[in-house]
Amino acid sequence: MSFRHALEIGSNWALALILVGIPLYGWLKGVKVYEAFVEGAKEGFQVAIRIIPYLVAILATVGAFRAAGAMDALARAIGPITGRLGLPAEVVPMAIVRPLSGGGALGILASIFAAPGLGPDSYAGRLASVLQGSTETTFYVLSVYCGAVGIVRYRHALAAGLCADATGLIASVVIARLLWG
Amino acid sequence: MNLVFVLLLVAALAAAALHGDVKAVGTGALDGAGNAVTLALGLVGAMSLWLGLLKIAEKAGLVDKLARAARPVFRPLFRDVPDGHPAISAMLLNIAANMLGLGNAATPFGIKAMEELEKLNPNPGTATNAQALFVAINTASLQLVPTTVIALRASAHSSDPAGILLPTLAATACALCVGVGTAKLLERVVR
Repeated sequence: MSFRHALEIGSNWALALILVGIPLYGWLKGVKVYEAFVEGAKEGFQVAIRIIPYLVAILATVGAFRAAGAMDALARAIGPITGRLGLPAEVVPMAIVRPLSGGGALGILASIFAAPGLGPDSYAGRLASVLQGSTETTFYVLSVYCGAVGIVRYRHALAAGLCADATGLIASVVIARLLWG
Repeated sequence: MNLVFVLLLVAALAAAALHGDVKAVGTGALDGAGNAVTLALGLVGAMSLWLGLLKIAEKAGLVDKLARAARPVFRPLFRDVPDGHPAISAMLLNIAANMLGLGNAATPFGIKAMEELEKLNPNPGTATNAQALFVAINTASLQLVPTTVIALRASAHSSDPAGILLPTLAATACALCVGVGTAKLLERVVR
């Protein structure tokens, strides 16, 4: 059994045990589990509706930014410089998109894997893999979490999130250069 | 955030004008807006399921137990949150779900945590120190095993799909430390 299969089985079991374990534990403790579940689940819809304006604001902006080709232009402009530092031009769009759009970054990752001359085991492919796994969609997280409670002034949350992303990027490049450079 | 908003839009218009494809700005924005609604509505099922389970866990006393167990770690970071506050267990569940890669559970728990923290907020509409720090922790990818990336690498015929695991963890740890550090430093300065 490969490592990957073991992981898959482990996470499937974790999920199943939580799903069954919580109601079972509650029932053994004398909780009216069905009624409690429905009471909690009621909030699900309202929360989803509440975050819509915040998500529209960020995703419409990012949509315009990407569709207009602003990202590609930026990547072309800074690619030659970052290439010398260990961040090849192919990976630059991913570094830019990662905080803005998770799906977008995954799409770029897949295209690096599929590109002739690159592939998952190339320097660019490995670096992009580490980058994808070590950073988050900061703007999405901010708009969902703050949107759910009606927060519009993020204070230093955005700066801290972007610093974390920048650190993830720098650390990915340093580690990739050490291991595969 | 206001600056970022305007900056992204102006950059989009400038790039589109240079390309001679101004139409892309409008279609891109409308597509994004449509995706936002699809995404939010897509959350309803998972959100309801996990909030339902969370309510059971709350009534069974499980949430209290978690909050107590997490106290040593959370106390120094979240000084404004009283001991045993339900926000602590929601944050713990969110972080645990993130580490396990259960993204659709992490979001409901995270939102629950924000709601609980909001109850301690003297200025609604403005993030508290605890909320900013919690969001900053969530903007570092906490997932212990990047399963999506490993699966994508395997399907692209990588000779070593999981070989990026330890490097990813190391980079994540750096990002997390800096995210938490920046949030703690800036909370004294930013109003």
